[in-house]
Amino acid sequence: MRQIISILLENEVGALSRVVGLFSQRGYNIENITAAPTEDKTLSRITILTEGDGSVVERITKQLHKLVNVIKVSSQQDDSVGIVEREILFVKVQAVGHTQREEIKTLCDIFKAQIVDITPELYILQFVDTSFEVDRFLKAVAEQAEVIETVRSGVCGIFRGEHSLHS
Amino acid sequence: MTMMSGAQMVVRTLEDLGVDHLFGYPGGAVLDIYDALLESTKIKHILGRHEQGVAHAADGYARSTGKVGVCLVTSGPGATNTVTAIATAYMDSIPMVILTGQVGTPLIGSDAFQEVDTVGITRPIVKHSYLCQCALDIPKYIRQAFYLASSGRPGPVVVDIPKDCVRPSLRFEYPEQEGPVRLRSYNPTKQGHRGQVKRAAKLLADSLRPIMLVGGGAQLSGAIDEVRAIAHRFNLPVTSTLMGLGVYPSTDKQFLGMLGMHGTYEANNAMDKADVVFAVGCRFDDRVTNNLSKFCPAAKIIHIDIDPASISKTVTADIPIVGDAKTVLNQFIEAFDEFDLHENEALKTWWAEIAKWRHIDCLNYAKNDTLIQPQEIIEAVYKATNGKAIIATDVGQHQMFTALYYKFDEPRKLLTSGGLGTMGYGFPAAIGAAVGNPDSTVCLFTGDGSFQMNIQELSTCLEYDLPIKIFILDNSTLGMVRQWQRMFYKGHISSTNLNYNPDFVALAKAYGHEGIKVTSPKDLDGAIEKALAMKDKLVIVDIACNTDAKVLPMQQGGGSMSDMFLSED
Repeated sequence: MRQIISILLENEVGALSRVVGLFSQRGYNIENITAAPTEDKTLSRITILTEGDGSVVERITKQLHKLVNVIKVSSQQDDSVGIVEREILFVKVQAVGHTQREEIKTLCDIFKAQIVDITPELYILQFVDTSFEVDRFLKAVAEQAEVIETVRSGVCGIFRGEHSLHS
Repeated sequence: MTMMSGAQMVVRTLEDLGVDHLFGYPGGAVLDIYDALLESTKIKHILGRHEQGVAHAADGYARSTGKVGVCLVTSGPGATNTVTAIATAYMDSIPMVILTGQVGTPLIGSDAFQEVDTVGITRPIVKHSYLCQCALDIPKYIRQAFYLASSGRPGPVVVDIPKDCVRPSLRFEYPEQEGPVRLRSYNPTKQGHRGQVKRAAKLLADSLRPIMLVGGGAQLSGAIDEVRAIAHRFNLPVTSTLMGLGVYPSTDKQFLGMLGMHGTYEANNAMDKADVVFAVGCRFDDRVTNNLSKFCPAAKIIHIDIDPASISKTVTADIPIVGDAKTVLNQFIEAFDEFDLHENEALKTWWAEIAKWRHIDCLNYAKNDTLIQPQEIIEAVYKATNGKAIIATDVGQHQMFTALYYKFDEPRKLLTSGGLGTMGYGFPAAIGAAVGNPDSTVCLFTGDGSFQMNIQELSTCLEYDLPIKIFILDNSTLGMVRQWQRMFYKGHISSTNLNYNPDFVALAKAYGHEGIKVTSPKDLDGAIEKALAMKDKLVIVDIACNTDAKVLPMQQGGGSMSDMFLSED
């Protein structure tokens, strides 16, 4: 089962490597990971997407808690309505000739994606949505045009309502 | 206002933390610290002969005294040589601070001479680690390291100190410690959940086939009186993991012996048939549980542990209680006041059943006139030391024989690598214990294999007059591996014969110590007496014993707790 784990931790040298190291040491899987300082520069926030049933995630959560730098850990199944999650995608595509360029432009309009860079033969498209929608968009793009390269940010998530890591 | 260099801050901070013994080995990156160390009158430095020995000695010091063990080594190979010792301490939750030298900060990452990423290499085997960036980080990080090492679930903490941070020419104001160390991201739970304690107390009070399982956590938290009080009050049968030995007196009639792979028949059967397992500070390691799916089928598990990650990791707890063993057991003692205690009579049937298992006498073994049995060596030393010695062991058959035949009645008397199973641990650990407990008899049970893994420390013992009594259970083989080859590998003996051992007696003498060779059962007691009588001498007693002895009983792999081999056939 797809699970999102949010971690609030000290923004210190080596803190991220301890988190990542823990996953490999204990044989847990990281699908993707995002990390950045919060509004309080002494703190960082990490969002990890992993696979596993409830008991595996509970074990991961406990082990993460054990890391001295970690302040708070929270997890959420992605199918629950409790979390807002987004991922950013950049895709560089071949865009040659008026017809193809128009078709890609139309596709972007339908998906509410943006063209953020152009050259005579290339577009860079930007798309922000859930991982599921990013997959769908990418598939649609690939059917329209030749994909040169893609980059995805990994999931960034925040809990709905009052549930907060900063309390 | 005191101005001092980073090197002086290392020394001063250790002094302020009450460190009186520092185990170490010098080298390029720590030259300045060693220079500053000469000025200290409070810290006695113990020079080992190999960094692994140095760090194991700090571990043995910590286990036997309950204080934080501290060691100091240089960068690169100095640091990597401590890795096995750090992992050993980590697996057994031993409070240790490892100070490692590092190349200067401008050189970090340049593959400089004796540079290694110490923090990176040790990351999976430490509770936490620090890399100092400036002199003023040193007191801060060392204080935090002590606090982390000794609180919550204890463990080793590495402080990596680059050479430019300790430069004598750069002096700073020494920051005095103001109040206790606090870390916002680290607050271990001491107190158990009151509701859970109540539920567990009721479950225990109502049980008819209870068993108390004591682990290393009880040892580390010092829950000695509490364990004994609760066991007596409920007339509970008590078993122990390897790390818990001594918390409950092994000679007491309620003690069933160690459990697990080489546990006693009565302990493993009582576990298997129990209706409540009252587990205090243990982590249900695979050497304890055997096949998890067949583990204690009838039992409700009450599990007290300070580490939430240890609870329901392998064995699912019915009543988990996160907290310090001593604190939580005191909560239990209070909670019991609210219950009508059942009469000791209530467990009469249970004890009768246990008596039947005991009657098997699973530790019985056959002696003979010509060949010394390893078991009788342990028993003889036990008798000669009145069970009062601090005992270090290495790893292998002799370790299990020690656990089964030396009856530990007091805590912190057995120093052994339980989790990692480190051969070469015992001798340096005994050194640490001898340094920390100058008034105690310190003995080492080792094998001819294990002893050679850190034999160089014989020199350390001469330098510091450490009169350790070393009993080599010398069977000219790697006994435990051979046992497995005989039992599970069709008797194929692959690379386990040790036919080129040194003359250990001559070796002892070469290092300036005493040595005694024993080959006949009739000489055993006399040799042990003679060794123990040499109070101020290190003595190696090299005892030729049965190569084919097996550690029994033994659980059958993949079975339940009670599926055991009891005898050779």
